[in-house]
Amino acid sequence: MRPTILPLHALLLIALLAVQGLAAPTFAQAQLYQAPGQNSPTTKEQVPLYVPQDDKVIGRVSIPDEKLGVLVQPEGREWREWRTNTLRLAIGGLAIGMTAVLAIFFLYRGTIRIHGGKSGRLVLRFNGLDRFAHWTTAVSFLVMALTGVILTFGRPLLIPLIGHQAFTPLAEYSKSIHNFVSVPFVVGLLMIIGLWLRDNIPEKADWLWIRTAGGLFSKAGGRHPEAGRFNAGQKLVFWSIVLGGMGMTASGYLMMVPFAFTGIGGMQIIHVVHGLLAAGLIAAVIGHIYIGTIGMEGAFDAMGCGEVDENWAMEHHRRWYEEQLRKGYVEGRQPAE
Amino acid sequence: MARMKFLCDAERCIECNACVTACKNEHEVPWGINRRRLVTLNDGKPGERSISMACMHCNDPPCAAVCPVDCFLQTADGVVLHSKDLCIGCGYCFYACPFGAPQYPRTTDFGSRGKMDKCTFCAGGPEPDGSVEEYQKYGANRLAEGKLPLCAEMCSTRALMAGDGAVLADIYQERSLRRGYGSGAPGWSTAYGRNDRGSPFAPGGPGTGGA
Repeated sequence: MRPTILPLHALLLIALLAVQGLAAPTFAQAQLYQAPGQNSPTTKEQVPLYVPQDDKVIGRVSIPDEKLGVLVQPEGREWREWRTNTLRLAIGGLAIGMTAVLAIFFLYRGTIRIHGGKSGRLVLRFNGLDRFAHWTTAVSFLVMALTGVILTFGRPLLIPLIGHQAFTPLAEYSKSIHNFVSVPFVVGLLMIIGLWLRDNIPEKADWLWIRTAGGLFSKAGGRHPEAGRFNAGQKLVFWSIVLGGMGMTASGYLMMVPFAFTGIGGMQIIHVVHGLLAAGLIAAVIGHIYIGTIGMEGAFDAMGCGEVDENWAMEHHRRWYEEQLRKGYVEGRQPAE
Repeated sequence: MARMKFLCDAERCIECNACVTACKNEHEVPWGINRRRLVTLNDGKPGERSISMACMHCNDPPCAAVCPVDCFLQTADGVVLHSKDLCIGCGYCFYACPFGAPQYPRTTDFGSRGKMDKCTFCAGGPEPDGSVEEYQKYGANRLAEGKLPLCAEMCSTRALMAGDGAVLADIYQERSLRRGYGSGAPGWSTAYGRNDRGSPFAPGGPGTGGA
């Protein structure tokens, strides 16, 4: 649309082009001289005031803060839409949607009982280090989720309740806590990776678990696909937390040192990535908490006291149970050999 | 009531930085903060133009929309101000602002930001006009004294103008008509292209879009 080689007289008509509605602002176009020509405005109304501006305009600044060389960034409009609507819809929608699905599932299935009842014999499932890693990650995740949600939803939900004067300190503390608690989260995340990675490598048996949905919908019970230490569902949670958590960590720390590695466009994208991962992880963790507490009898013991009932272990993780039996980790039973 | 706006005539700006200096001096702006800055486009090439840019005091300010603590207010003159008592320095307004107006003092080596600072159209802040607290937080309140922003008053070529938008538009169009060309008012379609909210807003007011 724009001519590549401008004859001299065309240079004089830049102002006219603006009137014709070219998207690019004329003040950014290459031009040697401007002088009145035959197409100059003849009335004041012909002088353009509002020149459509759809592209980022970048120039040079003589101050040290180079990011201020961006004169106009229309992308801020999309970021605003993300921040005020999309982000809230993503986090709120996924969290509420997940809760609704779980509520319906709970009405359908109730607490999944241990089919054979409790045997009373305990099997060691997670030792102290395992549980320390889990709860470090879990508590810091929940704290960060809560503080993040306060900052995201506080304006529409909390300010009408507690007022501006009270919300600002709450938001300020939320921001600091959100930043500092990321450190134990990373520690826990690294421990989890070190402790459980080898038990979470996908294997052939996982397909069977996924095809039968882990027996979640077979009310009869006792139809559990065989699983090792972790079944495919748990592996899914593991990889969500590990990959999602690493993504959140990377994007989060980049936001703590704003503009250190990227410009305004990059910062906006990092913020979107952080928000999308947060929405996904919060929903995943709601599901994880459900099945680990009211969703399944005996499941909480694994991370609570570290020992699970023998019948629970046999029903849900038979292959792992047999390993534990061989190693002599089952209370009151001698190793097989 | 006047609708206060800035208009920078890129055909006239000579990149002397007087507006930048005047602003820094008038408001005792700390190091590292630039309420107003000069951006040079096509630097060293044919068609080089310089534009003085600060907060444009938009009709529908994106900063106010994204603020998590709802600290912005707009005066009846259309000037967008903010409360440093409410601001938590999160930096969201910088991501949303089309003009890069919000600035943050760096308070620690870990990049944590202090309260946001930006052009006030020389209108101070929510504190009582001319009070010491207002000056310490936001700088001088020239508007309350019946004066226009110093950057525009200082401009030797009258490239940068501040005042009632209708008057500025009239001056600019008259000027462009006489010289025979005009390249539009930089940033006006972005800042004032959207409909005015119609009513000034403040924290808790209906204009801020929620709360």
